[in-house]
Amino acid sequence: MANLTMIQAITEALDQEMEKDEKVLVFGEDVGKNGGVFRATQGLHEKYGDDRVSDTPLAESGIGGMAFGLAIQGFRPVMEIQFFGFVFEVMDSIAGQISRTRYRMGGKVNMPVVVRSPFGGGVHTPEMHADNLEGLMAQTPGLKVVIPSNPYDAKGLMTASLRSEDPVVFLEHMKLYRSFRDEVPEEQYTVPLGKAAVAREGKDVSIITYGYMVREALKAAEQLEKDGISAEIIDLRTVSPLDVDTIIQSVEKTGRAVVVQEAQRQAGVGAAVISEISQRSILSLEAPIAFVAAPDTVYPFGMVENDWLPNAADIVEKAKETVNF
Amino acid sequence: MANKQPVDYEALMSTIEAAFPMVQILDKDGKVVNEDIMPDLSDDQLVELMRRMVWSRILHERSMALARQGRLGFYAPTAGQEASQLASHFAFEKKDWLYPGYRDIPQLIQHGLSLPQAFLWSRGHVEGNNYPEDLNAVPPQIIIGAQFIQAMGNAVGQKLKGSDAVTFTYTGDGGSSQGDTYEGMNFAGVYKAPIVFIIQNNGYAISTPREKQTAAKTIAQKAAAAGIPGVQVDGMDPLAVYAVTKQAREWAAAGNGPVLIETITNRFGPHSTSGDDPTRYRDQESFDYWEQRDPLIRFRNFLTEKGLWSEEQEEELIEKTKEEIKAAAKEADQAPKQKISDFLKNMFEEPGQNIQEQIREFEAKENK
Repeated sequence: MANLTMIQAITEALDQEMEKDEKVLVFGEDVGKNGGVFRATQGLHEKYGDDRVSDTPLAESGIGGMAFGLAIQGFRPVMEIQFFGFVFEVMDSIAGQISRTRYRMGGKVNMPVVVRSPFGGGVHTPEMHADNLEGLMAQTPGLKVVIPSNPYDAKGLMTASLRSEDPVVFLEHMKLYRSFRDEVPEEQYTVPLGKAAVAREGKDVSIITYGYMVREALKAAEQLEKDGISAEIIDLRTVSPLDVDTIIQSVEKTGRAVVVQEAQRQAGVGAAVISEISQRSILSLEAPIAFVAAPDTVYPFGMVENDWLPNAADIVEKAKETVNF
Repeated sequence: MANKQPVDYEALMSTIEAAFPMVQILDKDGKVVNEDIMPDLSDDQLVELMRRMVWSRILHERSMALARQGRLGFYAPTAGQEASQLASHFAFEKKDWLYPGYRDIPQLIQHGLSLPQAFLWSRGHVEGNNYPEDLNAVPPQIIIGAQFIQAMGNAVGQKLKGSDAVTFTYTGDGGSSQGDTYEGMNFAGVYKAPIVFIIQNNGYAISTPREKQTAAKTIAQKAAAAGIPGVQVDGMDPLAVYAVTKQAREWAAAGNGPVLIETITNRFGPHSTSGDDPTRYRDQESFDYWEQRDPLIRFRNFLTEKGLWSEEQEEELIEKTKEEIKAAAKEADQAPKQKISDFLKNMFEEPGQNIQEQIREFEAKENK
């Protein structure tokens, strides 16, 4: 066991799987000698060389096409998009090509591509760096979308993604990169894709969330505990496909649900979670499902980020409304 | 007296134009105008190339007819582009990879796709994309430009594996305006990837003439932006197309990196069978001009002159091709009915709960 930050856990997962499987190739802008703008690929170029860890020209679309062609040639490409706000440049490769190939070719050709990309608010980045665009990916058939909330899950989910025959969009929240450490086993292990985790057990209200909002929900749960409300927190971990069973099990136990996301209300995957709960367990609900999300504006200018982003206080408020309905 | 300018723009522009002359071997009547660069092809190979071009013209004519009868779906006409398509493919080897655009079906078939499968692709049946193991190709690309970046990745992969195979990809003159077209060539240059990019300039992107795509005098010169060789070739001349493609293949296979080839060609018909009427944007003169430059006419003349081709030979080939096409269309009719449950199973190697539930739902419906 080592005490690692989330970014160290990700690097370790990449390193260990690259050592094991020489088909794994890492490439993107500044991922080589520089070790990535966040040091996620630190040391990999030195260890594995130019052929396996490669700096590309500055063109996201080209990076996506490269991943496609390499996958056809039997490699396991790990492409980095420096910030997920730049995904629009490569939407066709991800959502128009890689995601569709298995279907197009009659189930015979897999695309074991991992798209790694940082996103997320609270660190005062310039425009188009922090946007929560997981909803776009989650609405694309053929992709799996993974968002870890802690170092342990990050390593296990990354290892599982690198071994997945299906394409995975792996989104790394910038505020989680170095904000805390976790005990992470040194050996390789996987956290299964498509499986949510109960981050905290409770009996009065289910808080269903993902990414950085898991931290805010945990803070909110402590506050709620003081007020005599026991909150159960479901960390989705994979936002597409959803682990519906785990969500429903929790909601049927508590009878109340608060769905929390950092993305704008019209974006993210919160609406899909609410829809599943409504379809499957409306008769267990004691109150309407509450939704904590960001306002439907463009991602905010740096100085107003903290007023705009959802936080623990918003979650506490909605949870109380739900419990007192 | 005017001040001397730091840069002579006129001289600069004429230098660029002069660097991309059009390569030609056969003139429009089939006379050899450049013996020095005549490719080394045996009589049998010359005849085989002619057979493929005639086959392609017949495939085009029958495909138009089948589309009119509703027995084909999407079809992008190829008549006029036989030299550009078949003679470039003639320079490939079986181990080479093909990333075709939607008009590049003849090359795909010559590379190993069965005719019934090509028809199933046109109709919209998954079996059309169920490629045999030994067919080194991906299905025709509908997103114009995407094939350039993907083929680049394919070539980078071939290089990493130490393969001596080359990747080929095609787009049109309109496609030369896409960002992916530039990105594909530029990445390939940086990675020195073994790939030949072919831009078939047939004069029109649906109704938009080539001059409205770019102020560049040639498309071949766009290679300069990627720092790779660019060549313009008479795309109605099978020998020139073959010679240029063969040289590009050798250059790429030897580890020198990519080449861009622009073929100057023309499509005699509409953009596609989906309702395009070229008489809305092209005058009769343009059709007449290009039909006189038909690659079949000049190659037929060339071969007849050499005593390698006869009218009877061509007639026999046409009849045989028609029979083949008829049989293929019939075989395509036998393809199994497509099931939604199968498509759901094709989405993922490891489907999630959502897909598993839908598979059960659709299987129940389909088994009713």
